[in-house]
Amino acid sequence: MQRIINFVLRNRNAFLYGFLLLISLVITIRSHSYHQSKFFNSSKWLTGNVYGSAADISSYFGLREENNRLVRENEQLRKMLFNMKVDSVQPLDSTLTAYEVLSARLIKNSFTSPRNYITIDKGENQGIKQDMGVITTKGILGIVENVSSNFATVQSVLNTKSNINAKIKHSEYFGSLVWTAEDYTIAQLVDIPRLVPLVVGDTIVTGGMSSIFPKNIPIGTIKKYDLNAAGSFYNIDVELFNDMANIKNVYLIENKNKEEIKALEARTLNE
Amino acid sequence: MNNTVFLNSLRFVLLILAQVLIFNAMNFMDSINPLVYVIFFYWYPIKGNRTLFMLISFLLGFMVDIFSDTMALNAIASLTVAYARPVIMRFCFGVNYEFQNFSFKNTTKVQRITFMALLILIHQLVFFSLEILSFAHILLILKKVFATGLVTLVLCTLFSSLFSPTSE
Repeated sequence: MQRIINFVLRNRNAFLYGFLLLISLVITIRSHSYHQSKFFNSSKWLTGNVYGSAADISSYFGLREENNRLVRENEQLRKMLFNMKVDSVQPLDSTLTAYEVLSARLIKNSFTSPRNYITIDKGENQGIKQDMGVITTKGILGIVENVSSNFATVQSVLNTKSNINAKIKHSEYFGSLVWTAEDYTIAQLVDIPRLVPLVVGDTIVTGGMSSIFPKNIPIGTIKKYDLNAAGSFYNIDVELFNDMANIKNVYLIENKNKEEIKALEARTLNE
Repeated sequence: MNNTVFLNSLRFVLLILAQVLIFNAMNFMDSINPLVYVIFFYWYPIKGNRTLFMLISFLLGFMVDIFSDTMALNAIASLTVAYARPVIMRFCFGVNYEFQNFSFKNTTKVQRITFMALLILIHQLVFFSLEILSFAHILLILKKVFATGLVTLVLCTLFSSLFSPTSE
Protein backbone atom coordinates (compact mmCIF):
# COMPACT_ATOMS: atom_id res chain seq x y z
CA MET A 1 0.00 0.00 0.00
CA GLN A 2 2.80 2.31 0.99
CA ARG A 3 4.48 1.62 -2.32
CA ILE A 4 1.34 2.31 -4.32
CA ILE A 5 0.93 5.66 -2.59
CA ASN A 6 4.58 6.45 -3.19
CA PHE A 7 4.20 5.51 -6.82
CA VAL A 8 1.19 7.78 -7.25
CA LEU A 9 2.95 10.64 -5.46
CA ARG A 10 6.07 10.25 -7.53
CA ASN A 11 4.08 10.36 -10.77
CA ARG A 12 1.50 12.85 -9.58
CA ASN A 13 2.10 15.13 -12.55
CA ALA A 14 1.43 12.37 -15.04
CA PHE A 15 -1.73 11.40 -13.18
CA LEU A 16 -2.87 15.01 -13.02
CA TYR A 17 -2.22 15.34 -16.74
CA GLY A 18 -4.24 12.23 -17.48
CA PHE A 19 -7.08 13.31 -15.23
CA LEU A 20 -7.42 16.83 -16.63
CA LEU A 21 -7.00 15.51 -20.18
CA LEU A 22 -9.85 13.10 -19.63
CA ILE A 23 -12.15 15.84 -18.34
CA SER A 24 -11.45 18.14 -21.26
CA LEU A 25 -11.70 15.33 -23.81
CA VAL A 26 -15.13 14.42 -22.46
CA ILE A 27 -16.28 18.05 -22.77
CA THR A 28 -14.83 18.33 -26.27
CA ILE A 29 -16.07 15.07 -27.72
CA ARG A 30 -19.55 15.48 -26.28
CA SER A 31 -19.83 18.86 -27.98
CA HIS A 32 -18.50 17.42 -31.23
CA SER A 33 -21.46 15.12 -31.57
CA TYR A 34 -24.19 16.78 -29.53
CA HIS A 35 -25.04 20.32 -28.60
CA GLN A 36 -22.66 22.95 -27.36
CA SER A 37 -21.92 22.54 -23.67
CA LYS A 38 -24.66 24.05 -21.51
CA PHE A 39 -22.28 25.26 -18.82
CA PHE A 40 -19.16 26.35 -20.64
CA ASN A 41 -20.16 28.85 -23.30
CA SER A 42 -19.85 32.56 -23.86
CA SER A 43 -23.46 33.39 -23.00
CA LYS A 44 -22.59 33.40 -19.30
CA TRP A 45 -22.45 36.45 -17.04
CA LEU A 46 -18.69 37.04 -16.99
CA THR A 47 -17.98 36.41 -20.67
CA GLY A 48 -21.12 38.24 -21.77
CA ASN A 49 -20.24 41.34 -19.80
CA VAL A 50 -16.63 41.39 -20.99
CA TYR A 51 -17.72 41.08 -24.62
CA GLY A 52 -20.54 43.57 -24.02
CA SER A 53 -18.20 46.27 -22.73
CA ALA A 54 -15.74 45.68 -25.55
CA ALA A 55 -18.57 45.89 -28.09
CA ASP A 56 -19.77 49.14 -26.49
CA ILE A 57 -16.49 50.69 -27.56
CA SER A 58 -15.92 49.04 -30.91
CA SER A 59 -19.50 49.54 -32.13
CA TYR A 60 -18.82 53.26 -32.56
CA PHE A 61 -16.43 52.61 -35.40
CA GLY A 62 -19.05 51.28 -37.80
CA LEU A 63 -21.98 53.52 -36.89
CA ARG A 64 -22.30 55.38 -40.17
CA GLU A 65 -22.15 52.22 -42.26
CA GLU A 66 -24.64 50.46 -39.98
CA ASN A 67 -27.01 53.45 -40.13
CA ASN A 68 -26.90 53.43 -43.91
CA ARG A 69 -27.67 49.73 -43.93
CA LEU A 70 -30.68 50.18 -41.67
CA VAL A 71 -31.97 53.17 -43.65
CA ARG A 72 -31.74 51.15 -46.86
CA GLU A 73 -33.70 48.37 -45.23
CA ASN A 74 -36.34 50.83 -44.01
CA GLU A 75 -36.58 52.22 -47.51
CA GLN A 76 -37.21 48.76 -48.88
CA LEU A 77 -39.79 47.96 -46.22
CA ARG A 78 -41.60 51.27 -46.81
CA LYS A 79 -41.74 50.50 -50.51
CA MET A 80 -43.29 47.14 -49.79
CA LEU A 81 -45.75 48.70 -47.37
CA PHE A 82 -46.94 51.42 -49.76
CA ASN A 83 -47.31 49.04 -52.67
CA MET A 84 -49.27 46.48 -50.71
CA LYS A 85 -52.93 45.91 -51.54
CA VAL A 86 -55.11 47.22 -48.74
CA ASP A 87 -57.09 44.06 -48.24
CA SER A 88 -53.97 41.99 -47.68
CA VAL A 89 -52.81 44.00 -44.67
CA GLN A 90 -52.12 41.72 -41.73
CA PRO A 91 -54.24 42.20 -38.65
CA LEU A 92 -52.33 44.22 -36.09
CA ASP A 93 -53.67 42.18 -33.19
CA SER A 94 -50.51 40.50 -31.94
CA THR A 95 -52.28 37.29 -30.98
CA LEU A 96 -53.10 36.64 -34.63
CA THR A 97 -49.61 36.96 -36.10
CA ALA A 98 -47.52 33.80 -36.40
CA TYR A 99 -44.07 35.33 -36.03
CA GLU A 100 -42.62 37.64 -33.39
CA VAL A 101 -39.48 39.62 -34.25
CA LEU A 102 -36.95 40.87 -31.69
CA SER A 103 -33.70 42.71 -32.31
CA ALA A 104 -30.30 42.28 -30.68
CA ARG A 105 -26.74 43.47 -31.01
CA LEU A 106 -23.90 41.14 -31.78
CA ILE A 107 -21.09 41.27 -29.21
CA LYS A 108 -18.85 38.45 -30.40
CA ASN A 109 -18.47 37.02 -33.87
CA SER A 110 -16.30 34.20 -35.12
CA PHE A 111 -15.97 32.68 -38.58
CA THR A 112 -12.55 31.01 -38.78
CA SER A 113 -13.10 27.85 -36.76
CA PRO A 114 -15.05 24.81 -38.01
CA ARG A 115 -17.66 25.38 -35.30
CA ASN A 116 -18.47 29.06 -35.08
CA TYR A 117 -20.67 30.59 -32.44
CA ILE A 118 -21.92 34.14 -32.18
CA THR A 119 -22.82 35.89 -28.93
CA ILE A 120 -25.63 38.45 -28.71
CA ASP A 121 -26.49 40.92 -25.95
CA LYS A 122 -30.01 39.75 -25.15
CA GLY A 123 -31.19 36.75 -23.19
CA GLU A 124 -34.05 35.18 -21.30
CA ASN A 125 -34.99 38.46 -19.59
CA GLN A 126 -35.59 40.05 -22.98
CA GLY A 127 -37.61 37.12 -24.27
CA ILE A 128 -34.95 35.17 -26.16
CA LYS A 129 -35.50 31.42 -26.21
CA GLN A 130 -33.56 28.45 -27.46
CA ASP A 131 -34.08 27.54 -31.15
CA MET A 132 -35.16 30.99 -32.29
CA GLY A 133 -34.03 31.83 -35.83
CA VAL A 134 -31.49 34.63 -36.25
CA ILE A 135 -31.32 36.76 -39.42
CA THR A 136 -29.83 40.07 -40.53
CA THR A 137 -31.12 42.61 -43.04
CA LYS A 138 -29.41 40.62 -45.81
CA GLY A 139 -30.21 37.05 -44.90
CA ILE A 140 -29.99 34.10 -42.62
CA LEU A 141 -27.42 33.93 -39.80
CA GLY A 142 -28.09 31.02 -37.45
CA ILE A 143 -30.12 29.51 -34.61
CA VAL A 144 -30.05 30.38 -30.89
CA GLU A 145 -28.36 27.59 -28.97
CA ASN A 146 -27.78 28.63 -25.35
CA VAL A 147 -29.53 31.36 -23.39
CA SER A 148 -28.53 32.93 -20.07
CA SER A 149 -30.43 35.70 -18.31
CA ASN A 150 -28.94 38.55 -20.36
CA PHE A 151 -26.95 36.98 -23.20
CA ALA A 152 -27.30 34.19 -25.73
CA THR A 153 -25.07 32.19 -28.07
CA VAL A 154 -26.08 31.55 -31.66
CA GLN A 155 -24.96 28.58 -33.72
CA SER A 156 -23.87 30.25 -36.93
CA VAL A 157 -24.65 28.79 -40.36
CA LEU A 158 -20.86 28.57 -40.52
CA ASN A 159 -20.86 25.59 -38.18
CA THR A 160 -20.30 22.01 -39.28
CA LYS A 161 -23.18 21.00 -37.01
CA SER A 162 -25.59 23.42 -38.64
CA ASN A 163 -28.31 21.94 -40.87
CA ILE A 164 -31.01 24.25 -42.18
CA ASN A 165 -33.89 23.53 -44.53
CA ALA A 166 -33.47 25.55 -47.73
CA LYS A 167 -34.98 25.59 -51.21
CA ILE A 168 -34.34 26.99 -54.66
CA LYS A 169 -36.53 30.05 -54.95
CA HIS A 170 -38.09 29.47 -58.36
CA SER A 171 -38.55 25.71 -58.25
CA GLU A 172 -39.59 24.88 -54.67
CA TYR A 173 -37.25 21.88 -54.50
CA PHE A 174 -35.74 21.75 -51.05
CA GLY A 175 -32.55 20.42 -49.49
CA SER A 176 -30.30 21.03 -46.47
CA LEU A 177 -27.88 23.89 -46.04
CA VAL A 178 -24.63 22.70 -44.43
CA TRP A 179 -21.07 24.01 -44.18
CA THR A 180 -17.82 22.18 -44.89
CA ALA A 181 -15.57 24.61 -43.00
CA GLU A 182 -13.57 25.68 -46.05
CA ASP A 183 -14.66 29.20 -46.93
CA TYR A 184 -16.67 31.56 -44.76
CA THR A 185 -18.44 33.15 -47.73
CA ILE A 186 -19.76 29.87 -49.09
CA ALA A 187 -22.16 27.29 -47.63
CA GLN A 188 -23.26 24.03 -49.25
CA LEU A 189 -26.76 22.98 -50.25
CA VAL A 190 -27.14 19.19 -50.45
CA ASP A 191 -29.93 16.69 -51.23
CA ILE A 192 -31.30 18.50 -54.28
CA PRO A 193 -32.32 15.73 -56.73
CA ARG A 194 -30.56 15.42 -60.06
CA LEU A 195 -33.57 16.18 -62.22
CA VAL A 196 -33.93 19.72 -60.91
CA PRO A 197 -32.83 22.32 -63.49
CA LEU A 198 -30.16 24.58 -61.96
CA VAL A 199 -28.62 27.82 -63.16
CA VAL A 200 -25.60 29.54 -61.63
CA GLY A 201 -26.90 32.67 -59.92
CA ASP A 202 -30.25 31.22 -58.80
CA THR A 203 -31.39 32.44 -55.42
CA ILE A 204 -31.58 30.07 -52.44
CA VAL A 205 -34.05 30.87 -49.66
CA THR A 206 -35.22 29.14 -46.48
CA GLY A 207 -37.73 26.40 -47.09
CA GLY A 208 -40.16 26.78 -44.22
CA MET A 209 -40.18 23.04 -43.52
CA SER A 210 -38.88 23.61 -40.00
CA SER A 211 -40.62 25.58 -37.29
CA ILE A 212 -37.59 27.87 -36.83
CA PHE A 213 -37.45 30.09 -39.91
CA PRO A 214 -40.38 31.41 -41.92
CA LYS A 215 -40.43 30.73 -45.67
CA ASN A 216 -38.43 32.75 -48.19
CA ILE A 217 -35.73 34.34 -46.06
CA PRO A 218 -32.81 34.96 -48.43
CA ILE A 219 -29.69 32.81 -47.97
CA GLY A 220 -27.51 33.25 -51.06
CA THR A 221 -27.01 32.50 -54.74
CA ILE A 222 -25.73 29.40 -56.50
CA LYS A 223 -22.04 29.80 -57.24
CA LYS A 224 -21.27 26.39 -58.65
CA TYR A 225 -22.80 22.92 -58.59
CA ASP A 226 -21.87 19.31 -59.34
CA LEU A 227 -23.27 15.85 -58.70
CA ASN A 228 -22.31 13.98 -55.54
CA ALA A 229 -20.35 10.71 -55.55
CA ALA A 230 -23.46 8.56 -56.08
CA GLY A 231 -24.57 10.77 -58.95
CA SER A 232 -28.16 11.17 -57.80
CA PHE A 233 -28.04 14.43 -55.88
CA TYR A 234 -26.42 17.80 -56.42
CA ASN A 235 -23.80 19.39 -54.20
CA ILE A 236 -24.34 23.11 -54.59
CA ASP A 237 -21.99 25.86 -53.43
CA VAL A 238 -24.07 28.78 -52.20
CA GLU A 239 -22.50 32.19 -51.96
CA LEU A 240 -24.04 33.77 -48.85
CA PHE A 241 -25.70 37.20 -49.05
CA ASN A 242 -24.45 38.01 -45.56
CA ASP A 243 -20.92 39.22 -45.11
CA MET A 244 -20.30 36.96 -42.13
CA ALA A 245 -17.25 38.96 -41.11
CA ASN A 246 -19.12 42.21 -40.69
CA ILE A 247 -22.37 41.94 -38.76
CA LYS A 248 -23.59 44.32 -36.07
CA ASN A 249 -27.35 44.09 -35.57
CA VAL A 250 -29.48 41.00 -35.88
CA TYR A 251 -33.17 40.08 -35.73
CA LEU A 252 -34.53 37.09 -33.86
CA ILE A 253 -37.62 35.33 -35.11
CA GLU A 254 -39.93 33.42 -32.87
CA ASN A 255 -42.54 31.15 -34.33
CA LYS A 256 -45.50 31.43 -32.00
CA ASN A 257 -47.02 28.23 -33.29
CA LYS A 258 -43.90 26.23 -32.60
CA GLU A 259 -45.21 24.59 -29.43
CA GLU A 260 -48.34 23.50 -31.22
CA ILE A 261 -46.39 22.17 -34.22
CA LYS A 262 -43.98 20.28 -31.98
CA ALA A 263 -46.77 18.79 -29.88
CA LEU A 264 -48.61 17.71 -32.99
CA GLU A 265 -45.48 16.15 -34.49
CA ALA A 266 -44.74 14.30 -31.27
CA ARG A 267 -48.28 12.97 -31.12
CA THR A 268 -48.19 11.84 -34.73
CA LEU A 269 -44.95 9.98 -34.16
CA ASN A 270 -46.27 8.24 -31.08
CA GLU A 271 -49.37 6.88 -32.71
CA MET B 1 8.00 35.65 -4.19
CA ASN B 2 4.90 37.78 -3.76
CA ASN B 3 6.00 39.84 -6.66
CA THR B 4 6.16 36.76 -8.89
CA VAL B 5 2.67 35.64 -7.85
CA PHE B 6 1.27 39.08 -8.53
CA LEU B 7 3.06 39.38 -11.86
CA ASN B 8 1.84 36.01 -13.05
CA SER B 9 -1.74 36.63 -11.95
CA LEU B 10 -1.70 39.90 -13.84
CA ARG B 11 -0.30 38.17 -16.92
CA PHE B 12 -2.96 35.47 -16.59
CA VAL B 13 -5.81 37.99 -16.69
CA LEU B 14 -4.30 40.33 -19.28
CA LEU B 15 -3.36 37.51 -21.64
CA ILE B 16 -6.90 36.10 -21.54
CA LEU B 17 -8.36 39.52 -22.28
CA ALA B 18 -5.84 40.24 -25.02
CA GLN B 19 -6.47 36.85 -26.58
CA VAL B 20 -10.26 36.97 -26.65
CA LEU B 21 -10.76 40.67 -27.35
CA ILE B 22 -7.91 41.44 -29.73
CA PHE B 23 -6.35 38.34 -31.24
CA ASN B 24 -9.53 36.27 -31.64
CA ALA B 25 -11.03 39.16 -33.62
CA MET B 26 -7.91 39.71 -35.70
CA ASN B 27 -8.86 37.41 -38.62
CA PHE B 28 -5.59 38.17 -40.38
CA MET B 29 -5.81 37.10 -44.04
CA ASP B 30 -9.37 35.92 -43.34
CA SER B 31 -8.47 32.90 -41.28
CA ILE B 32 -5.51 33.46 -38.98
CA ASN B 33 -6.23 34.10 -35.33
CA PRO B 34 -2.91 33.78 -33.50
CA LEU B 35 -3.03 32.08 -30.09
CA VAL B 36 -0.76 34.57 -28.43
CA TYR B 37 -1.48 33.53 -24.85
CA VAL B 38 1.02 30.67 -25.35
CA ILE B 39 3.66 33.19 -24.25
CA PHE B 40 2.44 32.56 -20.70
CA PHE B 41 4.26 29.22 -20.76
CA TYR B 42 7.41 30.94 -21.94
CA TRP B 43 7.27 33.55 -19.19
CA TYR B 44 6.23 31.31 -16.31
CA PRO B 45 9.09 30.86 -13.78
CA ILE B 46 11.21 27.78 -14.45
CA LYS B 47 11.58 26.72 -10.86
CA GLY B 48 7.92 26.89 -9.91
CA ASN B 49 5.92 23.93 -8.66
CA ARG B 50 5.14 21.79 -11.69
CA THR B 51 1.75 20.56 -10.45
CA LEU B 52 0.61 24.11 -9.82
CA PHE B 53 1.89 25.15 -13.23
CA MET B 54 -0.20 22.46 -14.92
CA LEU B 55 -3.31 23.46 -13.00
CA ILE B 56 -2.82 27.12 -13.89
CA SER B 57 -2.21 26.28 -17.54
CA PHE B 58 -5.34 24.18 -17.65
CA LEU B 59 -7.33 27.04 -16.14
CA LEU B 60 -5.82 29.54 -18.57
CA GLY B 61 -6.76 27.41 -21.55
CA PHE B 62 -10.20 26.74 -20.18
CA MET B 63 -10.94 30.42 -19.62
CA VAL B 64 -9.99 31.16 -23.23
CA ASP B 65 -12.25 28.26 -24.25
CA ILE B 66 -15.26 29.58 -22.43
CA PHE B 67 -14.80 32.97 -24.05
CA SER B 68 -14.35 31.66 -27.56
CA ASP B 69 -16.85 28.74 -27.47
CA THR B 70 -14.22 26.15 -28.37
CA MET B 71 -15.29 23.41 -25.93
CA ALA B 72 -12.05 22.46 -24.11
CA LEU B 73 -9.58 22.63 -27.00
CA ASN B 74 -7.42 25.39 -25.59
CA ALA B 75 -7.42 23.64 -22.23
CA ILE B 76 -6.09 20.40 -23.73
CA ALA B 77 -3.46 22.21 -25.79
CA SER B 78 -2.28 24.32 -22.84
CA LEU B 79 -2.19 21.36 -20.48
CA THR B 80 -0.10 19.37 -22.95
CA VAL B 81 2.33 22.24 -23.41
CA ALA B 82 2.66 22.66 -19.65
CA TYR B 83 3.27 18.94 -19.20
CA ALA B 84 5.86 18.83 -21.96
CA ARG B 85 7.68 22.02 -21.02
CA PRO B 86 10.53 20.43 -18.97
CA VAL B 87 11.32 18.08 -21.86
CA ILE B 88 11.37 20.95 -24.34
CA MET B 89 13.60 22.97 -22.02
CA ARG B 90 16.07 20.12 -21.70
CA PHE B 91 16.08 19.82 -25.48
CA CYS B 92 16.70 23.54 -26.03
CA PHE B 93 18.99 24.51 -23.18
CA GLY B 94 20.72 21.23 -22.37
CA VAL B 95 20.97 19.78 -18.87
CA ASN B 96 22.22 23.00 -17.30
CA TYR B 97 18.68 24.42 -17.08
CA GLU B 98 18.23 22.31 -13.93
CA PHE B 99 20.96 24.18 -12.06
CA GLN B 100 20.03 26.81 -9.51
CA ASN B 101 21.63 29.75 -11.26
CA PHE B 102 20.06 29.12 -14.66
CA SER B 103 18.25 32.06 -16.21
CA PHE B 104 17.26 33.17 -19.69
CA LYS B 105 20.08 35.71 -19.63
CA ASN B 106 22.69 32.97 -20.04
CA THR B 107 21.02 31.55 -23.14
CA THR B 108 21.43 32.56 -26.74
CA LYS B 109 18.70 34.14 -28.80
CA VAL B 110 18.48 31.08 -31.05
CA GLN B 111 17.89 28.85 -28.04
CA ARG B 112 15.10 31.07 -26.77
CA ILE B 113 13.37 31.30 -30.13
CA THR B 114 13.62 27.52 -30.61
CA PHE B 115 12.08 27.08 -27.17
CA MET B 116 9.22 29.41 -28.04
CA ALA B 117 8.72 27.85 -31.48
CA LEU B 118 8.47 24.36 -29.96
CA LEU B 119 5.94 25.51 -27.36
CA ILE B 120 3.86 27.09 -30.10
CA LEU B 121 4.19 24.10 -32.43
CA ILE B 122 2.96 21.61 -29.81
CA HIS B 123 0.16 23.91 -28.76
CA GLN B 124 -1.11 24.51 -32.32
CA LEU B 125 -0.72 20.88 -33.34
CA VAL B 126 -2.85 19.65 -30.44
CA PHE B 127 -5.34 22.47 -30.86
CA PHE B 128 -6.02 22.13 -34.58
CA SER B 129 -5.94 18.32 -34.69
CA LEU B 130 -8.63 18.17 -32.04
CA GLU B 131 -10.57 21.08 -33.46
CA ILE B 132 -10.93 19.49 -36.89
CA LEU B 133 -10.69 15.89 -35.60
CA SER B 134 -10.47 14.17 -38.96
CA PHE B 135 -7.56 12.44 -40.67
CA ALA B 136 -9.10 13.29 -44.02
CA HIS B 137 -8.29 16.93 -43.34
CA ILE B 138 -4.65 16.40 -42.43
CA LEU B 139 -3.53 18.94 -45.05
CA LEU B 140 -5.92 21.56 -43.72
CA ILE B 141 -4.62 20.91 -40.20
CA LEU B 142 -0.99 21.29 -41.29
CA LYS B 143 -1.81 24.43 -43.25
CA LYS B 144 -3.52 25.97 -40.23
CA VAL B 145 -0.74 24.92 -37.85
CA PHE B 146 1.89 26.41 -40.13
CA ALA B 147 0.12 29.70 -40.91
CA THR B 148 -1.21 30.41 -37.43
CA GLY B 149 1.97 29.15 -35.78
CA LEU B 150 4.14 31.46 -37.83
CA VAL B 151 2.08 34.56 -37.01
CA THR B 152 1.94 33.52 -33.35
CA LEU B 153 5.70 33.07 -33.27
CA VAL B 154 6.33 36.52 -34.74
CA LEU B 155 3.92 38.15 -32.29
CA CYS B 156 5.28 36.22 -29.30
CA THR B 157 8.87 37.15 -30.17
CA LEU B 158 7.80 40.77 -30.35
CA PHE B 159 6.00 40.50 -27.04
CA SER B 160 8.89 38.80 -25.30
CA SER B 161 11.29 41.55 -26.34
CA LEU B 162 8.79 44.31 -25.54
CA PHE B 163 7.90 43.09 -22.06
CA SER B 164 11.02 41.19 -21.11
CA PRO B 165 10.91 39.88 -17.55
CA THR B 166 13.64 41.58 -15.54
CA SER B 167 13.52 39.86 -12.17
CA GLU B 168 13.69 36.29 -13.48
